[in-house]
Amino acid sequence: MPETVNPTLNIVIVGHVDHGKSTLVGRLLHDTKSLPDGKYEAVARVCEDSGKDFEYAFLLDALEEERDQGITIDTTQIRFHTDKRDYVIIDAPGHKEFLKNMVTGAASAEAAILLIDADEGIQEQSRRHGYILNLLGIRQVTVVINKMDLVDYSQTVFNDIHTEYLAFLNQLGIVPQFVIPLSARNGDNVARHSQRMTWYNGPTVLEALDEFQSRVSKESGPLRMPVQDIYKFDKRRIVAGRIESGSIKEGDTICFSPSGHKAIVKTIERWQSAKDGAASAGESVGITLDEQLFIERGDIISHTDDLPRSSSVLQGNLFWLGDRHLAPNRTYVLKLTTQEVECTVGSISGVINTASLARVGDVAREVAKNEVATVVFDLKKKVSFDSAIDVIETGRFVIVDGFDVSGGGIILQEHPAESYEI
Amino acid sequence: MRTTYQEPRLIDEPYTRHLVKDMQLDHLDTLESQSVYILREAYRKFKRLAMLWSIGKDSTVLLWLARKAFLGHCPIPLVHIDTSLKIPEMIAFRDRVAKEWDLRLVVGQNTEALAAGMGPDKGRIVCCNSLKTEALQQLMAEKDYTGLILGIRRDEEGTRAKERYFSPRDKNFEWNYKDQPPELWDQFKTDFDKDTHIRIHPLLHWTEIDVWKYIKRESIPIVGLYFARNGERYRSLGCQPCTGRVKSNATTVDEIIEELQHSTISERSVRAQDQEDTYAMQKLRAKGYM
Ligand SMILES: Nc1nc2c(ncn2[C@@H]2O[C@H](COP(=O)(O)OP(=O)(O)OP(=O)(O)O)[C@@H](O)[C@H]2O)c(=O)[nH]1
Repeated sequence: MPETVNPTLNIVIVGHVDHGKSTLVGRLLHDTKSLPDGKYEAVARVCEDSGKDFEYAFLLDALEEERDQGITIDTTQIRFHTDKRDYVIIDAPGHKEFLKNMVTGAASAEAAILLIDADEGIQEQSRRHGYILNLLGIRQVTVVINKMDLVDYSQTVFNDIHTEYLAFLNQLGIVPQFVIPLSARNGDNVARHSQRMTWYNGPTVLEALDEFQSRVSKESGPLRMPVQDIYKFDKRRIVAGRIESGSIKEGDTICFSPSGHKAIVKTIERWQSAKDGAASAGESVGITLDEQLFIERGDIISHTDDLPRSSSVLQGNLFWLGDRHLAPNRTYVLKLTTQEVECTVGSISGVINTASLARVGDVAREVAKNEVATVVFDLKKKVSFDSAIDVIETGRFVIVDGFDVSGGGIILQEHPAESYEI
Repeated sequence: MRTTYQEPRLIDEPYTRHLVKDMQLDHLDTLESQSVYILREAYRKFKRLAMLWSIGKDSTVLLWLARKAFLGHCPIPLVHIDTSLKIPEMIAFRDRVAKEWDLRLVVGQNTEALAAGMGPDKGRIVCCNSLKTEALQQLMAEKDYTGLILGIRRDEEGTRAKERYFSPRDKNFEWNYKDQPPELWDQFKTDFDKDTHIRIHPLLHWTEIDVWKYIKRESIPIVGLYFARNGERYRSLGCQPCTGRVKSNATTVDEIIEELQHSTISERSVRAQDQEDTYAMQKLRAKGYM
């Protein structure tokens, strides 16, 4: 049997600039003895040479510019493990300028730690990051209130931030699992319980990590396999793709959306594999069919009794990262799994300033960088999709402006316009 | 009893492992599937695509994954940058595997610099820039490649930990690490301006130990230099003058896995160019080094 390896959990650490995210990760690595030999000493040398106190953040912020300015520019992914499982810790930048890097980091996470500086309190990115996590579908959140040493480990300060921030998160529908008072620099409540905050009885950060749930398998969902490519390297004509949800086996009758073509799966193709005859969510495989249909990259394979929706109008909750505003008079490319289609903005409603949750307006003409809005896109041809609530993988898309991915969107509600019947 | 390392068969035989009853993907399956997905995206999106094969364990695993992705074939040409300083056993392995697997091999070399006497004595970073980065630059220009697949991993060192799966390089080969494209939900940067090329990193999410576990599971042939002889082995392979050996008695893949499970020494600690100064890798990589 193949060796089973511990499950890995991806966790992102987010929060306002300078509140101590990198320090927390550095401290976690140090206190769990996860650093390679010589790393601590090398960082100690760098700090000494530049006349600084030891910075745990330097264990992660590897770029010269990051260390000089004391801020994280781009996400770093670091591994460590507890007795329970392996972790990938994603240290996201907190500076507003690098929001796209924060989103990049958070998009691959299953759980998040939201970090707030006890002394500075809740800041713009503390809120914005909470909002983005919610949009990305990350519901497992623990809040940590850092730099408690700067407020004399005061329970009152902790309680005030706790109350205010939870009220904000509740508006988004996020209920954090724990709220932990912390001093990342001194190691209080990171890997060991603090002696200075005896009023706190909850878990340490390390213990809280082990409380997150691993991703559940998508096998039970409806079959969704977007066609990635068609191969004809030998006599087989292979339809290649990754199963995003559900499972498929030889003999199944399948449907290609939006074209509506139907066929029977003749074989499941793999190379040098012990698996046979069937495949399930997460696997990249190939299939051959009983007849030679015209199939294209982007077609979505499903079973005939549970089709995705198809439409040339799409509404989504969009966050915008591009320097150039999202505007109605321009043409964009929308990418949803392997589908790509030209599109224009049909209407923009409910632009939200993610830092204050204030609605900028009910009907807007443009969406600026770092804003979130509900946008209707008119597509040049039909695409197939699901509501993200049903199948997250086929319920989200990105918008490409010129050469750059500039926004991401989630399809949340049923859109009434023009649904497609086969 | 300690068995000595045997060169594995190269011809692929059908697998005799038990059929897997449990449909759940395990850790290695998940890593493999993600890499296959990326390789297929690259192949679909780049007309002029090549894959760098350094003969080391990572790029050999990458080659294996390409054959998984393309169901037994490798439709992507393999580029080997020959600094002329490689260990002879690596070249022998390269030629043997290329023949048996019917690979398209393209060898690049900065012959001009070599003729002018380039070597690590001119400074390690200078040498790496010239014999690796510039050699690659020349070959890419000659062949007009716009996509280059490389087997780097995040856990190797700090700047690689910040990489994207699809990472643009400008016409001077430079990596703008201060302004990288967002990457979410496996939607990659596949649209780009002319004069730019994209580096594709399908192994980014693997660790050193994952690579060895996968080599074991799949019985992937690996150059013998990784296995201990006389109490030493190579942990990372590069040019002869700049790659050191580590103390080790690991003569099998199992023993290497066992050794790594207890090691706290980083993989690249034996690569001399990394140790030149604190930001050596950042400087090399900003200029287009692998
Ligand atoms: N007093 C005190 N200072 C801390 C603590 N944690 C972090 N700091 C300091 O706060 C500063 C910022 O810490 P970082 O870890 O770099 O902050 P960050 O959130 O990662 O910053 P960005 O990633 O750039 O957003 C550093 O000087 C740290 O030493 C703490 O618990 N107490």
